[in-house]
Amino acid sequence: MINRRKFLKLSTLGGGAVFMSGLYGRAFAAGDATEDFYFVQLSDTHWGYTGDANPEAANTLKKAVAAVNALEVQPDFIVFTGDLTHTTDDPKERRKRMTEFRDIVSDLKVKTIHFMPGEHDASLDNGTAFKEFFGQTHYTFDHKGVHFIAIDNVSDPGARIGDAQLDWLKTDLSMQPADAKIVVFTHRPLFDLAPKWDWATRDGDKAMALLLEHKNVTVFYGHIHQEHHHQTEHIKHHSAKSLVFPLPVPGSQDKRTPIPWDPAAPFKGLGFREVETEQKKADYELTEFPVIKS
Amino acid sequence: MKTTRRQLLGSVITGFGIWQLNQASAAKTAPAKEKVIKIQAKKFVYTPNRIMLKKGEAVVLEFTALDFMHGFKVPDWNIRADLMPGQVTRVPVKPDTAGEIDFLCDNFCGDGHEGMSGKFIVTD
Repeated sequence: MINRRKFLKLSTLGGGAVFMSGLYGRAFAAGDATEDFYFVQLSDTHWGYTGDANPEAANTLKKAVAAVNALEVQPDFIVFTGDLTHTTDDPKERRKRMTEFRDIVSDLKVKTIHFMPGEHDASLDNGTAFKEFFGQTHYTFDHKGVHFIAIDNVSDPGARIGDAQLDWLKTDLSMQPADAKIVVFTHRPLFDLAPKWDWATRDGDKAMALLLEHKNVTVFYGHIHQEHHHQTEHIKHHSAKSLVFPLPVPGSQDKRTPIPWDPAAPFKGLGFREVETEQKKADYELTEFPVIKS
Repeated sequence: MKTTRRQLLGSVITGFGIWQLNQASAAKTAPAKEKVIKIQAKKFVYTPNRIMLKKGEAVVLEFTALDFMHGFKVPDWNIRADLMPGQVTRVPVKPDTAGEIDFLCDNFCGDGHEGMSGKFIVTD
């Protein structure tokens, strides 16, 4: 098996690798599937966006697909953490954008792709179109000893997970050991990152209360169009960069307006992420990649 | 009793602190003293969106939503309301500190939602 960590050190593609120690509080039990693996997180592609913040919006997703396909070692799977498309009031146009998005990402070499909605995809029709194209908005799957949970906090325009989904989450977690390795995907932050910018989940505290019962939980999300790291007790939250335009540091200015496009540095602030487990050391590594090589 | 209950339901009471839980009944007994500020909510703006308030003065915000169930949230005051189109939503407030206070729509309402916000300017 290729040692990906050594490979990444030699790679000219790699952006800033952030070593995230202690994701898992203990070594995995003997007999678990402990083979190292990695996945790629892409987020906030906003297909259909037209505006000054990204004059290359019609090409950015395609470049990202090419960049992922160019990775020397392909990931086990890819996850899109929401806002696949830019919102529209027109249901027909929404489906057109989803069709185009699906066609573009069908060029990814890796065919195991997990899709999640963002509020731009799902809030105006409660996820109806998203489900037609990409399936359920909340779900679980298991991969090599890690339990993945996708939580939908956008199909309700009020950014609620809702009691029904919270009951589902509680039931699912009740079937996991307290030390299970759990990774959560969601779109909005589950904590109050910047409420004055609507960067929160209205009932995120209820989900966190359930998740905090487990020792080894990490959350990956999107929505805020930048890399950000936060910790709630023992649970770490990592947001991903966008593939349309970056947004300001949380709460740093009056309004959450996009950071202007820089013609001298096109695609600056945009990118995707590799997430790699190193199960024997119970560690986890995030590596950020730009859309294009500088 | 029915009137009081209807008034209470019409008023949105979800928070604490500056919220005056007795506003509905107080308004019934002394309606002349109630200061009302009318605010219109439509995609993607509140009108007005800069609202002058005085510290310690009780005010009722009267919202009318034209095109969507917009939200009204004041994170610093820990209050929010859903603004149903076709009905007036009354939100009593009584700021206890001076300063600029942000409010925003917290129900995703479309392409422009991110800019739907405003400020209270609270003076001594």
